[in-house]
Parts: sequence; structure tokens; C-alpha cells
Amino acid sequence: MIDRDQVLHVARLARLRLSDEDVETMVGELSGILEHVDRIGSLDLEGVEPTSHVVALENVLRADVPWQSLPRDAALASAPEPEKGAFRVPSPQAE
Amino acid sequence: MTDLLALTALEAHEAMAAGDLDAAEYTAAWRQAAAGDELNAYLWQDRAGEEVGAIAVAEARTAPVAVKDIFCTEGVPTTAGSRILEGYRPPYTSTAVRRLLEAGAPVLGKTNMDEFAMGSSNENSAYGPVLNPWDRERVPGGSSGGSAAVVAGGLAPWSIGTDTGGSIRQPAAFCGIVGLKPTYGAISRYGMIAFASSLDQCGPLTRTVKDAALLLGLLQGRDPLDSTSVGIEGGVSLPGREDLGGLRFGVPAELAGDDLDPGVREVFEATLRKIEELGGEIAEVSLPNSEHGISAYYVIAPAEASSNLARYDGVRYGIRAGGDGDLIEMYETTRSEGFGPEVKRRIMLGTYALSSGYYDAYYGQAQKVRTRIAQDFDGAFAEVDFVVTPTAPSVAFKQGEKSDDPLAMYLNDFFTVPMSLAGIPAISIPAGLAAPEGGGPQLPVGFQIAAPAFAEQRLLDAAHALEQGIGFDARPEGGSDG
Repeated sequence: MIDRDQVLHVARLARLRLSDEDVETMVGELSGILEHVDRIGSLDLEGVEPTSHVVALENVLRADVPWQSLPRDAALASAPEPEKGAFRVPSPQAE
Repeated sequence: MTDLLALTALEAHEAMAAGDLDAAEYTAAWRQAAAGDELNAYLWQDRAGEEVGAIAVAEARTAPVAVKDIFCTEGVPTTAGSRILEGYRPPYTSTAVRRLLEAGAPVLGKTNMDEFAMGSSNENSAYGPVLNPWDRERVPGGSSGGSAAVVAGGLAPWSIGTDTGGSIRQPAAFCGIVGLKPTYGAISRYGMIAFASSLDQCGPLTRTVKDAALLLGLLQGRDPLDSTSVGIEGGVSLPGREDLGGLRFGVPAELAGDDLDPGVREVFEATLRKIEELGGEIAEVSLPNSEHGISAYYVIAPAEASSNLARYDGVRYGIRAGGDGDLIEMYETTRSEGFGPEVKRRIMLGTYALSSGYYDAYYGQAQKVRTRIAQDFDGAFAEVDFVVTPTAPSVAFKQGEKSDDPLAMYLNDFFTVPMSLAGIPAISIPAGLAAPEGGGPQLPVGFQIAAPAFAEQRLLDAAHALEQGIGFDARPEGGSDG
């Protein structure tokens, strides 16, 4: 259903690092879930509109007036490593 | 003191308005009760002396409320049950909580929950499981397990939770209280930490249907900060209906379920007879696609979750781990250490379903099933006023009983997921007690009633009449509400 290589690929896409043991568990559990989910694969739904949102909404317009936004220090207050009014992160370039 | 806690939230609300109840004394009595939490139901409480600044209520005008830890509260810890948000104090307050504060409802505390609302047992909290007040070896349900346990266990007069696939209704059923999932769009989602944005909805958990109506009335409304919120036209008034004359209740043939515990079936059938005694009519309806609800839900919800949870990357809030290597190393270490197993499982499932080559087969197909399920309900509501089912296939199960089998846990949502996919309102009310499979003391059974979109008033009216007819008055032993 889903194999080890696919699990590792998806984990990379999701920015998750899995131990060897996690990978084995994930292969078994995801395969079991996908086997159940795959039942909808055989339904004939040709021509059925997909639903992404259940409530009928219409666009509304409002005046484009500036109002208060989050002050910088409040936005930074929860950051693990704020520095000089910004979010500090490790270099994207591997050393 | 005990007398104060025996009041329903509505009774307290009305007594305060009439000047017959000292709001400060009443609030203090609940704070004292909440401080006695032995169920691990609260993650944070507003204790005397705590600096709560932005969420302080100067003068209480209604009953204090317990708030699921998924709602952002300015300056007050908000974790969504996750290690990755440990210590996070949001810089703003969610609209739902802000409306309650404006109505004069103090926040009693923040309640424990399955991590990011993913779970049906509360065993997925990073801060330990919540215990069911009826039997502490059993789960309270999930994901709003803390919000259900505090109301059932006499630790709060009422609470708010969120429901994505049953996360208000199922814990309400397992704890013997009332839980309402309103129509998608009835209440603002602003500041409610996102799990699956097209499904998430805030709602009340209460002792009575009237309390649920009062709390829904305070919460609902259009919010410029949530463009999907529309509110309930005409608002919500207190239900007063005493009979069910002229109302038709549809039992879906497809949800009759072979996997229903005999005790739950017995209570469900007795409730159908009660509906008839009250003048209602029982009819069979067909929801042919609802059996695919679980499959569609466990594609759509994880897909949306995998996208929503991409924001937890150790940069702007929450914990950061690693960082000795490059940026990607920091992201991966933070997320691997910060998320628990169920959240990782759903992120993996959702990422897979959205990945190149699989999108149409999974996500596209699930969205079409969703259309069919909504159409099934439209068809049913052309014939009946309400659709009724058991809320869950069993009574509260034991801790650890399903935690090794994610699929078995997911199937527990069988009766609640179709309404979530269709976006319609549904309420669970306690309908009786049944012994669990394998024996043991009797536990509450929930009865679910679903109505067309934005028909909350009719739903509450009928649920109230049925609640009065059933007369459920059992309480967990040791509950402090007398």
C-alpha cells in the first residue's frame, strides 16, 4: 500500500525526521488506514462537483482603511530567538 | 456553596440579572471547585493572584466558562495540547472568547485536549490524558475531552470546545452532558488554532439544552476577522417547546450499524419510543454515501491539517529544537520533537494525499464524496425535520483500549463525521445509561440529532423537548453539583 521509500519521501516533504522504528510503524499504520480509505477510489463520481466549502458565500466589499496591526514587540515576544527586531534562524546553507 | 454549583448556567445567569445572586461569590465558588481538579481536565486555571490582564472580567454578568486550550487567549498559556506550543502566550484573543468576555463571562481555565484536536479519547494530549469523571479508568472522549469532563465532573458550569469530526458531540456523549456542533460559519474561527479549516467549528458543552442555547447565543455572529463566518440569522432564543407534535425524525438505514454495542442500541431505541410518546414521528431515511464518511474525512481533515500545521517550524512561536545545523535541520528537529505520534501520523497521511500523483485519487475523490454526503442530507431533510443516530457506537472505552489501533479509533467517529462533512448542526444529549461491553458500572449514552444548516433554533427546541421527556438526571459519583 505504502512502502518504506514512500514514507521517507513524504516525511521529507512534511519536514519530519523519523527514526527507523517510526518508519516501520508508519508503514504499517498508514497502509491500514489507506486500505480503508481506498474504498472511495472505486466509487463512480464522474461529473460530481467537489466540495471545498459547505456554506454559500458571496464577496462583500469594505472600505480599505488602515487600522492597528500587531506591534512588532508583541509579534516577537513568543519567538524562540528574536534578534534586532527580527526572527533569527539558522543559515539555510549547510556549512 | 454546594447550592450555588447546583444552579444551571442559565439559572445563575438569570439570578445575576435579577440581582438575586452575587456574581463575585458565584464565580469564586466555581474557581474553588475548579481548583479541585483530579481529572487532569485543566491545563491552566485563573487562580487568585494570577496576572490575566487582557482576559480579566471586571464584573461577572454570567456564569464563568472553561475554554478548550485551542482558543487563543492574550497573555495566557495556549498550547492546543501540544509540546510544540509549550509556554506560548498569544498576543491576541480569539473572537469566541472575546465575545464571552464582553458578555461578562470570566474564563475559569483552559481545558486539556487531544493534541491539535486530533483524537477521540484525549490520550493524544502532550500533557497526559483526561480522566472520565464516571470512571477514571475510562477516556472522556475527544478531542474536547477536558471541556466535557469539567462540566460532567462539577469543575465548571459550562465550557466551549471545537468539533471537526465529532470532537464536541462524542465527549459530551461519553461524559453524559449536552454538546452542540453548530452549522459551519455560525461562530467565528478567528483565533481558534486551525486543524481542518473547512470543518472546524466552535460550540458549547453544557448540562442542559437551555444552557447550550444561551451559550450559543453569546458566541454566534458574523465576524469581520473570519470571512467564512456568517452567524445565525435572527439569533438564538431559549427553547421552550415541551412536545414533538408534527415533527418527523429520520433514522438513516445505513447508519443502523452492525458495530453498535447492544447497550447503546437499547438506549437509542428507547429514545425513539420516547420521541413517539412526545408526539414525534419516526421515519426511515437513506444516507447512502454516509458509510464513506470516515474515508472522506480521513483524507480531507489530514490534508488540511498537514497544510495548517506547516506553520509550526520553530521560528515565530513555540519551541525550537536543534539549530546546530542548517535551517532544514532545525525545522525537522523542532517538528519531530514537538509533535506527538498522532499528529505526525495525520501530517504524513495528509501530505501523502496531497502529494504529486495522488491528489486526484485521494483529495479530489474525497471532496466529491463530500458533495454526495451533503446531497444525501438535502434529500433526507426534504422528508424529515431531523436526522437522528446514536452519537457514538459505544459508551466510554478504557484508556489504552484503542490507542494501538488508529483505524479502530477513527471508526469511533462513524456517526458524527457525516454531519461535519455536510457542515450542518448536530447536538448530542444524554439519553440514558448502559453497561459497557465486558461489564462494569453503567455509563452515559448520547443521542445525536442533526438539522439542516442554520436550523439551530428548531434543533434546540426539539432537543429541549426530548431532554425534558427523557429526564436524564444521573451524575457521576463524587460530582460536586449535588
